[in-house]
Amino acid sequence: MAATLTKDEALFQFLLRMGDNTLILGHRVSEWCGHAPVLEEDIALANTALDLIGQTQMWLGLAAEVQGDEKSADDLAFLRDVWDFRNVLLVEVPNEDFGRTLMRQFLFDAWHSIQLGHLMTSSDDRIAAIAAKASKEVAYHLERSADTVVGLGDGTAESHGFMQAALDYLWPYVGEMFSSDDVDAAMVKAGIAPDPASLRADFDALVGRVLADATLNIPESTFAHKGGRTGAMHTEHLGHLLTHMQWLQRAYPGANW
Amino acid sequence: MYAQMVKSEASTDDPEKLAAFQARIDAGEKIEPKDWMPVGYRKTLIRQIGQHAHSEIVGQLPEGNWITRAPTLERKAILLAKVQDEAGHGLYLYCAAETLGVSRDELTEMLLDGRMKYSSIFNYPTLNWADMGAVGWLVDGAAILNQVPLQRTSFGPYSRAMIRVCKEESFHARQGFDAIRKMAEGTPAQKKMAQDAVNRLWFPALMMFGPSDADSVHSTQSMAWKIKMNTNDELRQKFVDQTVPQIEFLKLDLPDPGIKWNEERGHYDYSDPDWSEFFDVIKGNGPCNTDRLAARNKAWKDGQWVRDGLLAHARKKAARKHAAE
Repeated sequence: MAATLTKDEALFQFLLRMGDNTLILGHRVSEWCGHAPVLEEDIALANTALDLIGQTQMWLGLAAEVQGDEKSADDLAFLRDVWDFRNVLLVEVPNEDFGRTLMRQFLFDAWHSIQLGHLMTSSDDRIAAIAAKASKEVAYHLERSADTVVGLGDGTAESHGFMQAALDYLWPYVGEMFSSDDVDAAMVKAGIAPDPASLRADFDALVGRVLADATLNIPESTFAHKGGRTGAMHTEHLGHLLTHMQWLQRAYPGANW
Repeated sequence: MYAQMVKSEASTDDPEKLAAFQARIDAGEKIEPKDWMPVGYRKTLIRQIGQHAHSEIVGQLPEGNWITRAPTLERKAILLAKVQDEAGHGLYLYCAAETLGVSRDELTEMLLDGRMKYSSIFNYPTLNWADMGAVGWLVDGAAILNQVPLQRTSFGPYSRAMIRVCKEESFHARQGFDAIRKMAEGTPAQKKMAQDAVNRLWFPALMMFGPSDADSVHSTQSMAWKIKMNTNDELRQKFVDQTVPQIEFLKLDLPDPGIKWNEERGHYDYSDPDWSEFFDVIKGNGPCNTDRLAARNKAWKDGQWVRDGLLAHARKKAARKHAAE
């Protein structure tokens, strides 16, 4: 792969990784609409999903531009199959319950905020501009998800139990956010994006602090599922998500909506 | 409307106080939460604002039904923004109701156990993507006709909530019309979806205004108190008059063969909805009543540990702060 990867191909893959993360997580969060535990959470979840879908329009819009096949962000979102998606596995796992949803959001927000901080100084002005806009939204997402994780972790014995179970389930999906490959090496070389592995120390410090306040224990295992950001092996869940999300575009090809 | 057939309470208060209160309303003054008000005025408003708030909350469900299937990123973003607004409207309205001495949790319990109602319209299903256009255009369009005059309602907090709500509702109606226009001007399959949506939602939208005032026992007192500003029939006629030309503009078939321009009246004639269907829906026998209420009950029950957890944490935090001082 390394020998044949041009800079634009690597950039395209990188942009898909950013845009597919926000697309798939935005979709998952939007599944909550009207079913949240309290009205304020309905509003916050819809707001988070809305921000993530807005960021998707920017990332996938730029990806389509880089690809140069006269494709649009919508073509990329609605007409690719599972193997072409480049999101980390963490964002495609089902919502399950409010605890898992918020824990997943917090783990992603922590990585996302650090990543966007670096991307704001990207050598590619278009990426720096998207990161500058998105980072303001993500700072709020992180504040809210961290506060909620602390509130529920350090709440009742029952809420603590839900949050510890969520952390135990999700922790094996954390490591993939920090794995590196040829695409990342090309991005580092071009000064476009940081090496994912280099974000881990900041992530561990931030997550360690919040989870300690939440009285939750980080699992000892460092095992990491992977395959999402390379497309090598997604979970079974992504296909079902796409079945929903892409249905109208697939059933009525060529229509304008 | 979002509040339908709200039962108004007769007043048993001191006649002198009642007369002074009515004089304030007639003079166009706003009644604020700490002002004296008749028991009936308070009770009627709790019912009306509560029902309106519940409608916003339950109203998330038929649109939420399509958020995960929205056909483009832009449509998904618009729909999310709209549903988020609706939850926000619910919040302002519950806050307005709370100024009358009832808590949001009490109102929620009454929704969940069926003691309080929400608008009949949300007991109809959303079956194809054009319904997202039709709901914004017809349902929010109908709601606006009621809510615009309610900006001038006598109760201050309700009036102020309505001013905020109306700004957002007009965006909802416009995006709805834009969405259905895309469908009406689209492929034959899209046009079929648009026609199906209009045919199915037309009469339920007319029912939103409630039965004819000739049969409405609650209107007179509420109108005197300026918590109801127009009769149901006035608003329904206004809705028909503004919507028929829009259906024609979209080149869709009219959903009612009885729609005809009446030169003499200067209004469109139209067929009455099937009121027996309306009363069935109100009684709980609409196509989605059971599912809607079950979804809200499940959300409330599943969320109990979350609300308890956050409350327990807030108490611990306050205690720690207190101990540190």
